[in-house]
Amino acid sequence: MTALLEVAGLGKRFGGFVALESIDLEVRQGERLGLIGPNGSGKSTLVNCICGTLRNEIGKVRFAEESLDGLSAHERTRRGLARSFQLPRPFASLSLAENIRIPLLYTVNARATGHLSRAAIDARCLELLGEVGLAGKAERLPRDLTQIEMRKLELARAMAAEPKLLIADEAMAGLSHGEVDEIIALLIRLNAEGVTVIMIEHIMRAVMEFSQRLAVLVAGRKIADGPPQDVVRDPEVVRAYLGE
Amino acid sequence: MASLAVSGAAPGLRGAPFTLALIAVAVVIFVFGRWFDSSYAFFIGYVVVQYIVLGTAWNILGGYTGYVNFGITAFFAIGAYSTVALHKLVPTLPLPAMIVVSGVLAGLVGLGTGYLTLRLRGVFFSIATLALAVVVQTLITNWDFVGGARGAYVLRPKVAPLIGGEYVQYLFLLMLGMGVIVLATARAIERSSLGYGFAAIRDDEGAAEASGVPTLKLKLIATTLSGGFMGMAGAPLPFYVTYLDPASGFSLNYAVNAIAMPLIGGTGSWLGPVVGAVLVGGLQEFLRVTISSAVNVLVAGVLMVAFVIAAPQGIVGLFQRKR
Repeated sequence: MTALLEVAGLGKRFGGFVALESIDLEVRQGERLGLIGPNGSGKSTLVNCICGTLRNEIGKVRFAEESLDGLSAHERTRRGLARSFQLPRPFASLSLAENIRIPLLYTVNARATGHLSRAAIDARCLELLGEVGLAGKAERLPRDLTQIEMRKLELARAMAAEPKLLIADEAMAGLSHGEVDEIIALLIRLNAEGVTVIMIEHIMRAVMEFSQRLAVLVAGRKIADGPPQDVVRDPEVVRAYLGE
Repeated sequence: MASLAVSGAAPGLRGAPFTLALIAVAVVIFVFGRWFDSSYAFFIGYVVVQYIVLGTAWNILGGYTGYVNFGITAFFAIGAYSTVALHKLVPTLPLPAMIVVSGVLAGLVGLGTGYLTLRLRGVFFSIATLALAVVVQTLITNWDFVGGARGAYVLRPKVAPLIGGEYVQYLFLLMLGMGVIVLATARAIERSSLGYGFAAIRDDEGAAEASGVPTLKLKLIATTLSGGFMGMAGAPLPFYVTYLDPASGFSLNYAVNAIAMPLIGGTGSWLGPVVGAVLVGGLQEFLRVTISSAVNVLVAGVLMVAFVIAAPQGIVGLFQRKR
């Protein structure tokens, strides 16, 4: 398997604070990677640098054998790099179907390959909402949704962009046991359809169940990367989480 | 599809039929005006339609895209002073051509302003546009060619070209034409990819980028369109007032009304600024004549505050189906 995402020597500072220091990370095509780390360890900053929301000062990001340096966030999304946000950020004045319509119009239709007609877009919106069980609420506004439905909308919107790589940033925080299972099942199904997934999560049960490989960030540095069972026994990881 | 937040009006005419309907309405209004034959009515009509154009132009950036522009007078006065300058340079140039030039100039200023300010968000963008109005006013006040602080006289021909009758009828007709163009554009934007992109930016710019929306490009389109239409609305002004000085060209009234009218009518759709302009513009004119010429500013202010508190979706929002 070839590397879909290659992060090499990535560094990010906020003033004098070093948020990320020479991060190297590879994600292979079709892989399910878990990314964990204590609060403030730089997980979201790393996601933001990969997705182009933040500019990294040092290091390179390559995606699908193409350098992403200097590309804005929407150009990266169009190249197949989608993300969901830690706190759901729906388009509040648009209905659920319209929320899905935005990435269809601006990502799928913006690619050379696809040009969906109006009717095809309408159908695809409903289909995507159906995949996360929200088809019945297609005409509702996001404010009518529960927390888990909001997370599902967030994932459906990311999926609408037809990504090669999906980064799910704490898609399960605050959800109940059963709801976590639902989201895991959803992400595994996506992965089975060929989408590479990076899951950022604090819920260890979910991470262990989902991940084929686990990377750990602590204080802006990657301290472990490998099979989940080995990583969680790594003394350095244990020290970072539990102290000495 | 059920009603969409971007287009407040119930699903109805769109595209070419909508434009034809607009033209029909404009023709009926104009024919009725000719039959009524009162120059006062034409003077009021001009002001109301001018505010429809100005309010709709503001709404493309302020309502659809969510960027509140306080610098309306800058664009409006660029339009008006372009006419003053063109009239001095090429006195024979017909007014419609001046309107086009004014629109292009104001649109370019909109584009430039966009480049300089759109990395600012929320209230910071608004403050920058306020500064733009001050800068442009200072430049015009110190530009002797267009009259500087003294102001400039533009002599209005006695008879209207093409249609005959008083010149103000011609001005009204041109303003109606601009109203049709601006409203057709606003309506076309609402349900297009552009409109959805604007709405995404308004709701959450970061999420819009993550969904593939080229936010900077779309915002530049919005500032250019909005600025250009404002400039067009200002272009016939020198012929309307015949004497234009910076104090009247940059009057706060234009800025207050252009923001108040969409807010009162409803910022979600093309219909909002129309309803707001007809209602507030008509009421102001009525009060100007019956009570005092100063009270009309108060009306816009009080109504705006009242609507922001009681009906933030505006009048159109009150009639929309609750979801």
